[in-house]
Amino acid sequence: MPDATVSDTRAAAPSSYVYYRHTLPVRIMHWTNVISLTILLMTGLMIFNAHPALDWGNISYGGKPLLEITSRDAGNGQLKGITRVFGHEFDTTGLLGASTSASGGVNDVAFPHWMTIPSHYALADARLWHFFFAWLFVLNGIAYVVYALASRHLQRDLLPTRADVRGIGRSIIDHILFRHPQGEDAKRYNVLQKLAYLAVIFVLLPGIIIAGWAMSPWLNSIFPGWVDWLGGRQSARTLHFLFAWLLVAFVMIHVFEVIISGVWNHLRSMITGNYRITARHGGRHE
Amino acid sequence: MNKRQFLQRALAGVSAFAVAGCDRLNKSPWFADVLSAGESLNRRVHHLLGGRVSMAQEFTEADLSPTFRGNGSTNPSDAPYRAMVADGFVNWSLTVDGLVDKPITLSLAQLRTLPSRTQITRHDCVEGWSAIGKWTGVPLAQVLALAKPKANARYVVFHCADTYGSGGGRTPYYESIDLLDAYHPQTILAYNLNGKPLPTANGAPLRLRVERQLGYKHAKFVMRLELVESFAHLGRGKGGYWEDRGYQWYAGI
Repeated sequence: MPDATVSDTRAAAPSSYVYYRHTLPVRIMHWTNVISLTILLMTGLMIFNAHPALDWGNISYGGKPLLEITSRDAGNGQLKGITRVFGHEFDTTGLLGASTSASGGVNDVAFPHWMTIPSHYALADARLWHFFFAWLFVLNGIAYVVYALASRHLQRDLLPTRADVRGIGRSIIDHILFRHPQGEDAKRYNVLQKLAYLAVIFVLLPGIIIAGWAMSPWLNSIFPGWVDWLGGRQSARTLHFLFAWLLVAFVMIHVFEVIISGVWNHLRSMITGNYRITARHGGRHE
Repeated sequence: MNKRQFLQRALAGVSAFAVAGCDRLNKSPWFADVLSAGESLNRRVHHLLGGRVSMAQEFTEADLSPTFRGNGSTNPSDAPYRAMVADGFVNWSLTVDGLVDKPITLSLAQLRTLPSRTQITRHDCVEGWSAIGKWTGVPLAQVLALAKPKANARYVVFHCADTYGSGGGRTPYYESIDLLDAYHPQTILAYNLNGKPLPTANGAPLRLRVERQLGYKHAKFVMRLELVESFAHLGRGKGGYWEDRGYQWYAGI
């Protein structure tokens, strides 16, 4: 029965298989980043609440701030949350400026209690958390860069190839249509993904660290005037805040892409290292 | 409950749990000890990098803040201080004592005859705002040279005329710095701001400028310098009013 033999061979051919996608150091450093960046953001928002305004240059209270979150009495005894961006005023009651506190009352804080650590106003405590996790985050980042170079993870997996660069237009269209690489192609990062990772690793993350250092009067004195490269001390604070929200935007897109391109497969690969490749045609036996 | 509502509630539940967990951790002393490793690393690394010599950036007249914000005590209500304000600080004097060979008392007029330093520097508050002002005063090193600190003196404590706090919980403001900062050329006891005697909001008649650290270290309304080997016996033992309330003694970041 030759026909049956052919059909048996087909059934035996693996339609999907598991391969080792993320090495243990990468997995550990990824989750260390998740924890430290989450805490840095939430403690950072608490620190921001101590002076909820952003300026450009070296000084505050020198003119209209770029961003200001405040509150005022709406006239009926109710507190109205106000956010001013470049002089434009928005009513942000409930979220920014005035929000419901954990105990049900009204809080006149810039960012609401559920976005900050600690959840109440505690500047000294938030700083204590922030600097601990900043060190963890920086040391983790240094370890990552050393590892990525030494293991050739950077050269092999992250640097775009010539073919990648040529295919950038197609990749943009694929992303807009939510089309994801299938089969063997799913083993490699696509070019937009590579560029996003490189921008975060080598621009945003170093940028937020340098802007953080620039706010330290002692570090300013190591080489007086270097803060002016960022536009001044208050500019550095503004950039630190902006970079933090750009990182939030990156994380939201990252998590969205993970969800729509196989959330359990991706999560497993970032926990155990194993990622399942499903053949392009007819491979539905996951 | 549909899938979307379920996800929203699950997310809200997890985040409430995480935040509550963080708040609980925040209250436990052992966790604060772990976290303080970060600030301790800040101090060590910064001192390694800056040491005795690094100088705070100095600015020009064009950079001055239109008004120099006052923070904390801006108009102390303490009766002895009010009396000094009333008579224009003629009876005010600065005492230098503790671990010194020659305790001294200096009037404002005497301080103004000592060699002075003028510097236009940026003041960074722990809250996040900055202001630039022109300060004139006596380098702390000059005053210490007159009082001759003993070999075992390690810190200069600044005792202030104001009490701070809300309600009945007012306590005297004080601060402390180590000798490395005390002998730094930009560490001055300032009596002028922008060419005029210090306004009350900025610490009249005398305040500390310790330019590589945050605002709360710059004690205002200074009355007495005490040289000590340890500040454990003062306040709650942490070296300053805000340090006693959880802020770091090293305020270089």
